[in-house]
Amino acid sequence: MITTNPFAELTAVSDYITPGVMQAFVVVMVAFVIIGTLLDVMHKKSAKYFYEYEEKMKKYAKRDASNEKASLLAKTITNEVLTSSEFSNPKRRMSHLLTMYGFIIFAISTAVMIFAYPEARGDATPSIWPLLWHLGALMLCIGGYWFWFAIRVDVFSEGHKWYEIDPIEDMFVLSLLFTGTFALLWSLTNGYGLFFALFVVSAVMLFGGVYWSKFAHMFFKPAAAYQKKIFWADGSREKLPDVPDLSSPETKKRFPDIPKYMGENPPNMGAGIRREPPNHY
Amino acid sequence: MPTFVQMTRCDGCGQCVDICPSDIMHIDDTLRRAYNIEPDMCWECYSCVKACPHNAIDVRGYADFTPLGGSVRVRRDEEKGVIAWRIIFRNGKKDWDLLAPITTKPWGTAIPDLKTATAPSDDMINSQLLYNEPKYIRFDERGLDTLETNGLSMKEGVYY
Repeated sequence: MITTNPFAELTAVSDYITPGVMQAFVVVMVAFVIIGTLLDVMHKKSAKYFYEYEEKMKKYAKRDASNEKASLLAKTITNEVLTSSEFSNPKRRMSHLLTMYGFIIFAISTAVMIFAYPEARGDATPSIWPLLWHLGALMLCIGGYWFWFAIRVDVFSEGHKWYEIDPIEDMFVLSLLFTGTFALLWSLTNGYGLFFALFVVSAVMLFGGVYWSKFAHMFFKPAAAYQKKIFWADGSREKLPDVPDLSSPETKKRFPDIPKYMGENPPNMGAGIRREPPNHY
Repeated sequence: MPTFVQMTRCDGCGQCVDICPSDIMHIDDTLRRAYNIEPDMCWECYSCVKACPHNAIDVRGYADFTPLGGSVRVRRDEEKGVIAWRIIFRNGKKDWDLLAPITTKPWGTAIPDLKTATAPSDDMINSQLLYNEPKYIRFDERGLDTLETNGLSMKEGVYY
């Protein structure tokens, strides 16, 4: 069951859902993402914001970091993009990684099965692709439902119940979850039509709703992380102060209150307010 | 002038929601980023600014304190036990870093154990001083300042 290509099975039972129709559907979904993202950039003026913010911060730069841009970009890709290091909460990071990689694996294996093996029924499709498709959907569901029921800040910090749903505001998360869920249900029920219909509707909501949802964050978040790294490298630090090494002679000389009240080598004072998670709503 | 959140820096962790004494820092339901829902009710206590692990929150300063174009930003480093401020004048001539301790002992290690403290005497109960009131709030050993000790008395009515 999980080693067969569900899309190839589909072409055999329906006269209308041909490989061409499925391929056109994928192309339309990709077009939805591109158009939705561009509209989102225009509406929020994010590109203009990034440019203007960079120009503004140049005034406060203390050194030239232009020759470090390539290494900072590589660091952004390995840290923020590939391993979601921006999340300070490890549970949120784990949930995000599961959802993100689940979605990527699911989307790639879907495209491969629809474009490369649209009519390869039974064992004709290399079993790795259907396996990856099911694994991706499962990862998406684990990460997504964990987020929806327990980690989501609306539930965790704001005291909302998990079933308090706003169709527009929660469209991105729910359509993502429903896409993975109905894909699995459709496959596990051997192609039950209702689940397939719901899978298609969820996918259309997910990709067609880019303009109204936070789907576009996958483009602007890496840009923001890269920009932040540049600001810290060139010393402008977004106008934030430096927190120096407290035991260094320069710090002690410049800020005599530090050794006076905290001693020559101040200890690590611990996590402070971060000793407890932020759920005291 | 109220706080505002740089959406590109916020990761929606909820620390500001948790700490805001006015309960006006909330999470946007669509973007899952924090924002100040009621700027008029913000008294610029800087709690959220200091609690934000990504320094995503800033304050638009009052014109007399931070004239337009000037900047007052802060980082509270819990593990080092210090708070750092950076003041930038709007004419760019002053870019000033400040650093001060906020604790001298690791967090949570200097909480008084009230259960084992001796019970207060009658004198202490009848005193106007609060239990364990810090000694340093008075600079001498005199008794409490009252209207009588200062040669004053209550008058009925409103006087200007």
